[in-house]
Amino acid sequence: MNINLTLIGQMIAFVCFVVFCMKYVWPPILAAMAEREKKIADGLAAADRASHDLELAQEKAVERMKEAKVEASGIVDSANKRANQIIDEAKEAAHVEADRVKASAQAEIEQETNRAREELRTQVAALSLAGAEKVLGASIDHAAHAQLVDKLAEEL
Amino acid sequence: MAGDTQTVSEYIVHHLTNLTYGKLPEGFERYDGSVIGAGGQWVMAHGGDEASAMGFNAIHVDSMIWSVGLGVIFCWLFRGVAKKAEAGVPSGVVNFCEMIVDFVDRTVKDTFHGNNKLVAPLALTIFVWVFLMNLMDLVPVDLIPHTLMLLGVEYHKIVPSTDPNITMGMALGVFILMLFYSIKVKGFGFVKELTLNPFNHPLFIPINLFMEVVGLLAKPFSLGLRLFGNMYAGEMIFILIAALFSAGVAWMLPAALMQVGWAIFHVLVITLQAFIFMVLTIVYLSMAHEDH
Repeated sequence: MNINLTLIGQMIAFVCFVVFCMKYVWPPILAAMAEREKKIADGLAAADRASHDLELAQEKAVERMKEAKVEASGIVDSANKRANQIIDEAKEAAHVEADRVKASAQAEIEQETNRAREELRTQVAALSLAGAEKVLGASIDHAAHAQLVDKLAEEL
Repeated sequence: MAGDTQTVSEYIVHHLTNLTYGKLPEGFERYDGSVIGAGGQWVMAHGGDEASAMGFNAIHVDSMIWSVGLGVIFCWLFRGVAKKAEAGVPSGVVNFCEMIVDFVDRTVKDTFHGNNKLVAPLALTIFVWVFLMNLMDLVPVDLIPHTLMLLGVEYHKIVPSTDPNITMGMALGVFILMLFYSIKVKGFGFVKELTLNPFNHPLFIPINLFMEVVGLLAKPFSLGLRLFGNMYAGEMIFILIAALFSAGVAWMLPAALMQVGWAIFHVLVITLQAFIFMVLTIVYLSMAHEDH
């Protein structure tokens, strides 16, 4: 348990190791650690930014979706409207066409009737004349009796 | 190991004797009967009597070898890490050493508020070095001394921190730094602090001076002797338990269990003592930097 030169020796060794540590050990390790800390902080900040961006993008996407929905429903509505319109138009056109066809048919019928009536009248006149000729046994003067015959035909 | 040729007390004394190289005074009669000639002689001491006869002119070879060796291991390990350290992902030993550096750095920042580039590396050196020296305590007490004895080296203590020279050497180094920074930072204020505290009156200067100087000197002594006392006591208990092995076969198992138990407890002690030495160094240096 003697105090001796070992004391001095240890002090010298102590100084040497501390100086070595101060010069060659501490600064590079601390520098590396500080740099890593900065790197990690940067990384975290970037991650934060990215998640913020993601949030924004999601918000934007939701908004877009909403817009798209509105737009789509608008399109569907207008399409429906247009379809109804087309149907209405078609109905109207059909009505008009039907009316027209009916009218033309009626006109034709009327025309046909008139013509038939006319023909019938002519034939009746001819027949009456022929009959009268036969009954009278003599010819009838067409010109003289035309007035009579016509009157007869009109009465038919 | 004890028993055949040694008594238990011889065994213990043998374990507590350093390998000493020193200068024996003129006229000293050595163990083999030879007498030292004029002017003294530098020899390897044979036993405690010769070592104490050497006085201050002696050096504990084992303490110095282990202490410097462990210091070199510290420097080599951390220098390697310092070379490898970069901003990327650390792994293995780099990670481990950075953890220690970070721990020391945080402790220093918590306690020491001045601007001094020396304190943190100093604290790191003290912490790791003292820890390594204390760690030698966990090597089985007979392993290296007995092996070396078979090789012809008579005495060997492998735990440098059980040598008061080693612990006091470091404590004195810290003390010199304390004085240096006290004078550098406070200048004349340091003298005032020593003379006009705690009683601020010229009449009390001698009393103040006495109290402050005692307080100042107590710091390095408590620092060095605390570490020495703890490690010495721990080593002593290891040796005593080891001495139990000579008490017969029946004691083998209990003694072995006690060795293991004490070693596990001692893991705590060696770490704690290294930490305390470091923290007190930081606190003392921080006090040297602060004006009252």
